[in-house]
Amino acid sequence: MTGKRNAAVQARIPVAVDAGFHVNSNTPSEDYLIPLKLTWTATGALEGGQVTYPKPTLEKYEFADKPLSVFTGKFDLVVNFKVAPTAAAGPGAAAGKLSYQACNDRMCFPPKTVPVTVPYQIQ
Amino acid sequence: MAAATVKADKDRKEAPDFALKDAEGKVVHLSDYRGKVVVLDFWATWCGPCKIEIPWFTDMQRRNKDRGFEVLGVSMDDEGWEVVKPFLTQLGVNYRVVMGNDATAQLYGGVEALPTTFLIDRAGKIAAVHIGLTSKRDFEDGVEELLQPAPDAGGRPVVPAIADRSK
Repeated sequence: MTGKRNAAVQARIPVAVDAGFHVNSNTPSEDYLIPLKLTWTATGALEGGQVTYPKPTLEKYEFADKPLSVFTGKFDLVVNFKVAPTAAAGPGAAAGKLSYQACNDRMCFPPKTVPVTVPYQIQ
Repeated sequence: MAAATVKADKDRKEAPDFALKDAEGKVVHLSDYRGKVVVLDFWATWCGPCKIEIPWFTDMQRRNKDRGFEVLGVSMDDEGWEVVKPFLTQLGVNYRVVMGNDATAQLYGGVEALPTTFLIDRAGKIAAVHIGLTSKRDFEDGVEELLQPAPDAGGRPVVPAIADRSK
């Protein structure tokens, strides 16, 4: 990702959920479900970091009374930043965490958090 | 003849003992349950399939508690009793639940998936393991098999209150 001071820049974070599994969307159907969530721990020379999640699908599973709001397969998280007005030229990286909780149609797996890094180059 | 729902006695291994706290802060050991048939259920509030099974266990507890049977739930919720207690109240859970941890999960093979449920016999041995959502019938059949009295030394089933007139 490349940008000049004060420029709006956008990053795409690719996510892939293995076949047969789903993760709760960022807006789960039930309060007790753990959402997919991307947060930033350090954005370096970038400001903002608002995440746009894809539209979830509603899937019915045997273990749920009503369809669940989930993500499956491959999708991107789109993140909007702005280069800081005082950003120094050169490389850097924004660091974040993606938390999720996955299930298949019969069992669920513990919540996980994986690191996310967005490298950038300030011109 | 129906397929066995539990392992043969010779194939059962001892269920690892543990010391975990219940909702009142009391320390509970699995060995406290020796002599009883136990359903040991690893679960979490964020687990949809677990929510299906828990009412089954509540029903089994109610129907079998006077037969030497107990359900013991092990919550794997990182957020602890703050989320678990309201959940138990909402579902009307009538059996003891303790707060699990990684060390206990490792004793039981890691417990990566929830629900993971162990059927434990009166001698404290693991008679069956169910990983993921299982049918209520499978649990009931397994528990019923374990609740049956052990045969006598001659291999004859022991039927209470019927005198042996062969001697």
